[in-house]
Amino acid sequence: MSNIGYTAVKANNGQSTWRFLAGELKPKGKLLTPFNVISAPVILAGLVIIVIRFARGIGSVTNLSQEVPWGLWIGFDVVTGVAFAGGAYVITFMVYILNLKKYKSIVRVTVLNGFLAYVFYAGTLLLDLGRPWNVINPIIGNGFGVSSVMFLVAWHFMLYMLAELIEFSPAIAEWIGARRAGRILSGMTLAAVIFGITLSTLHQSGLGALFLMAREKIHPLWYSEFIPILFFVSSIFAGLSMVIFEGSLSRRVFYDRISEKNKKAHDGIITGLSQICAVTLFVYLFLQILVFIHGKHWDLLGTPMGWWYLTEMIGFVLLPMILFFTAYRRQNASMIKIAAIITMAGVVINRLNVTVIGFRWDSATPYYPSWMEIVVTLTVLFSEIWIFRWIVLRLPVLRESVSRSNNS
Amino acid sequence: MSIDRRGFFRVLGIAGLSVGSGRILGAKSGNDPETEFYGILYDSTRCAGCQGCEFACALEHGLPEPDIRDVPVAGTIRKTNENRRSVINVFNTSAGEVYVKTQCMQCNQPACASACLTQAMRKTEEGPVTWNGDRCMGCRYCMISCPFDMPKFEYHSPNPKIVKCNMCFERVHEGKLPACVENCPADALTFGTRRELIAEARRRIYADPDLYHDHIYGEQEAGGTGFLYLSPVPFEELSFNTAVQDRPYPELTRGFLYSVPSIFILWPAILLGIYNATRDHQGEEEENE
Repeated sequence: MSNIGYTAVKANNGQSTWRFLAGELKPKGKLLTPFNVISAPVILAGLVIIVIRFARGIGSVTNLSQEVPWGLWIGFDVVTGVAFAGGAYVITFMVYILNLKKYKSIVRVTVLNGFLAYVFYAGTLLLDLGRPWNVINPIIGNGFGVSSVMFLVAWHFMLYMLAELIEFSPAIAEWIGARRAGRILSGMTLAAVIFGITLSTLHQSGLGALFLMAREKIHPLWYSEFIPILFFVSSIFAGLSMVIFEGSLSRRVFYDRISEKNKKAHDGIITGLSQICAVTLFVYLFLQILVFIHGKHWDLLGTPMGWWYLTEMIGFVLLPMILFFTAYRRQNASMIKIAAIITMAGVVINRLNVTVIGFRWDSATPYYPSWMEIVVTLTVLFSEIWIFRWIVLRLPVLRESVSRSNNS
Repeated sequence: MSIDRRGFFRVLGIAGLSVGSGRILGAKSGNDPETEFYGILYDSTRCAGCQGCEFACALEHGLPEPDIRDVPVAGTIRKTNENRRSVINVFNTSAGEVYVKTQCMQCNQPACASACLTQAMRKTEEGPVTWNGDRCMGCRYCMISCPFDMPKFEYHSPNPKIVKCNMCFERVHEGKLPACVENCPADALTFGTRRELIAEARRRIYADPDLYHDHIYGEQEAGGTGFLYLSPVPFEELSFNTAVQDRPYPELTRGFLYSVPSIFILWPAILLGIYNATRDHQGEEEENE
């Protein structure tokens, strides 16, 4: 199986790169899969809604109001999605900085996932911007708003996408058979990784820092000056849970694309990751308890929002933490997957609690996303999966890279 | 030391940049005692709720003419929106009916301006906080950040603007009074420098302590605002945001932003250190094998 890419490269030698690319654009595999049947109409509907949004304004498709200016698109797609994309910086840290070779086989797929996540979430951001044609202003200096957290986040999104593209580029070079370019790009990996980790630290926490000025608007159980630190720590287990979840899905869907060696390594990888998840979840829970005690909000625990807070902390932080620990000790892969799914649900709940549910929780007219906002969110998610699948079926992502298997 | 043409221009450029950034950083601290912002003092004991200011505002800024049947009614709160930058509300209080005008507070250190990543929201030297459509990308972070919820967004326009009171910046710049102040028949609105207005407000409270509640809303709130309020009753009764903090809102993100340069210097150094440490270690391991 590992020489699919090799034959592609060989066939490429005779023809031009463009003709090769044109050939690769053709769909591979069956068209009428259950996923395609469900996602295609949703994507079409989403595209129609996006056209309406640009023709008639954001208010024509969303339930946003003057009191609640950010809804599902920012709270879920951008803030939550970026947390899930955190796997890329954690895994590159482990492989390139800590030199943990065990995890090398999942670097490419994780970086690809992270890169696509950023591209698509930045795309959602464009939908949410009222005046998207001005999006270039903070870059070209039509106002460097250096005192703005958003300024930092915007620059970091852009630079981090570049760093991830460089980290992933050797796979692209291999695919089109550009060996020399591949070597040069591989040489840039370490710099891109170090830059990428630094950027991630700052913008993962920066997404939380965006909400620091909304002091009276966010429910006190979720507002504290430590939001940035909590967002950063939770991005570690959010990203790794995503890696575990996505890895087991890929294993099922792209079974014949994964080399034998990587299949064998899979269980070892996810037990290692489960340990990291357990420890970071513990740190996170500890920080949350500290923040809670400092906030002196004991009286709020008896309110409905307080129960909801306890649900989040016990059901979606403490419980998966225990599951990860137990699963690691028993080497139980399916328990790890369950823990990963609960953790991911917990991260979604946490991010929505800060950005949407807890934001203006006391408002007379609370915000609920419209069905059109949900369809657009699904559109973004499904299109990302389509592109991901397209790339995995063509580029050396899940299998060993060709050059390395040739050398060995 | 000799310097060639190119070197000279480079030095000039760097000097220009540092002067430029110095100016930006300098503008951030509104505590500068030299800065004399203009503001408006609203005395609710004088306001009769005629809504003349609402009409004057709509006329001045080309907004739809207010509906004459839409009058203030106690119990319902009228809010500013994308079609009206200033509204009058009435409250049944312990001192009877009290009218209150609502509009952008023109903070000394506005949360919206520090939130804006393109500096489309800006605290002008005169005092008004203005919005620049050529820069704004419509992210609505100003709306998230403003403790008074004053920036409003045109949700139903493909080319939406952020709408809020700009204290008639153009008129103030020309030396004229803001439209609402000029058209107030009850003399409830007074235009002047913040310093003069606070002195005037204190004078009124001292002259008639029975009439006024002893507090100037906006003197300390959110680090001081351009709009100042006098009221016969505590401001809670007029549903003012009394949870608002006295420190300026941009301070809430300052700690985070100050940590950014240190992380940018420390992280790569630490990561490179770890990289080298683990690489050596691995080299030894391979030798042992």
